[in-house]
Amino acid sequence: MTSDELYQRDREWHPPAFTPDYKTSVTRSPRLAMLSLQASESELTGPTFGQCDIDPIDSDLINNYAKTGDPIGERIIVHGRVLDENAQPVPNTLVEIWQANAGGRYRHKMDTYLAAIDPNFGGCGRTLTDENGYYAFRTVKPGAYPWRNWVNNWRPAHIHISVFGTAFAQRLITQMYFEGDPLIAKCPIVNTIPDSRAIDQLVAALDLNATVPFDSIAYKFDIILRGHRSTFFENRPEGN
Amino acid sequence: MAQPLNYLKETASQTAGPYVHIGLAPGDAGFNIYANELGRDIIGPNAKGTRIKVTGTVRDGTGAPVKDVLIEVWQANAAGIYPGKGDVEDGFRGWGRVISDFETGEFTFETIKPGAVKNQNNQIMAPHLNLWLVARGINVGLNTRMYFGDEAMANAADPVLNLIEQTQRRDTLIARAGRTNYHFDICLQGDEETVFFDV
Repeated sequence: MTSDELYQRDREWHPPAFTPDYKTSVTRSPRLAMLSLQASESELTGPTFGQCDIDPIDSDLINNYAKTGDPIGERIIVHGRVLDENAQPVPNTLVEIWQANAGGRYRHKMDTYLAAIDPNFGGCGRTLTDENGYYAFRTVKPGAYPWRNWVNNWRPAHIHISVFGTAFAQRLITQMYFEGDPLIAKCPIVNTIPDSRAIDQLVAALDLNATVPFDSIAYKFDIILRGHRSTFFENRPEGN
Repeated sequence: MAQPLNYLKETASQTAGPYVHIGLAPGDAGFNIYANELGRDIIGPNAKGTRIKVTGTVRDGTGAPVKDVLIEVWQANAAGIYPGKGDVEDGFRGWGRVISDFETGEFTFETIKPGAVKNQNNQIMAPHLNLWLVARGINVGLNTRMYFGDEAMANAADPVLNLIEQTQRRDTLIARAGRTNYHFDICLQGDEETVFFDV
């Protein structure tokens, strides 16, 4: 029989909480050990979403905030699948993204970078995966931007991605980078991840097959969520 | 050499960053883009049970308020049923998003008090809200729970609270109770560090 339980999260694959080269983590990282729980319904259930929650245009960042024309920038398609660790597709799950515009500026009242706001670009999108776990967004490639970590750091171009899965314990937020960007290797946030293979997994591949000729270039990015554990033999106490 | 296992690896987490609101709560980032922002209403119009308001502040290791945190709430209804596990009131989602005030760091949300839920071993867990915190400087979203200060008996028997070896730390998960208001501060680090879960 199968159970709802998940494979444990590989804490050596994820970044640790305390990563002093990413300075903000220093005072925001728990120092005591996390309490390991056997998951219950509280962790193994999670919110679900449907087409009635979103609009089709939400996944098209070139059009979803356009006021007077298209946003400036390199037109791209970001597509891929949401799978679990057993390589099973995760259908009908909500994928949300946000990003800076082509100049590296976020549409956020707390962002004061001197690059211009693009009047035709909001910078967020959302979609549901289809029955095979596929998703696709159309957007413009975000620009690199500076930030004060050390005196002069630059974030590689990236898109923030939020995914749900079926269990609250699968909840994940990550960042997608672009193949070939020399800033990836220099980024203290990227380098919070100790294993270079885990970093490679965050780099979307240029996907010429998915480009739209004379329209948009494409990147492919698969997202992997925790897998469900199978229970082959189970001992149950009397009465359960 | 053995055969390869061929499991995929979970995508590694990265911080949600300071501009998480653009993606998950754009109205709070300062612009309207979606007809329907998700997570604004945890319970819907038909939820039974006691309506409550929860306020609190997330603090960093120096005691300063974390003013850019986003918290997701996941909870059962008043009968102790999670959506997807049984019938719940029409419109009851059990899930919502809460952000702290950019100036003060205080967060506030309204919901209903959930019922007790059994764990996998058939033990009754005291009523609780499941919380997931993301922010700049948090590399992997943090899971914790909020229990209710006016449920002393249930809390004393709760199998999760009882796992916490240092008994004084159990209080970090219990909200201070008023009549229908609860206050719950979360400390990321320091003497009062909240208990976080590896789930």
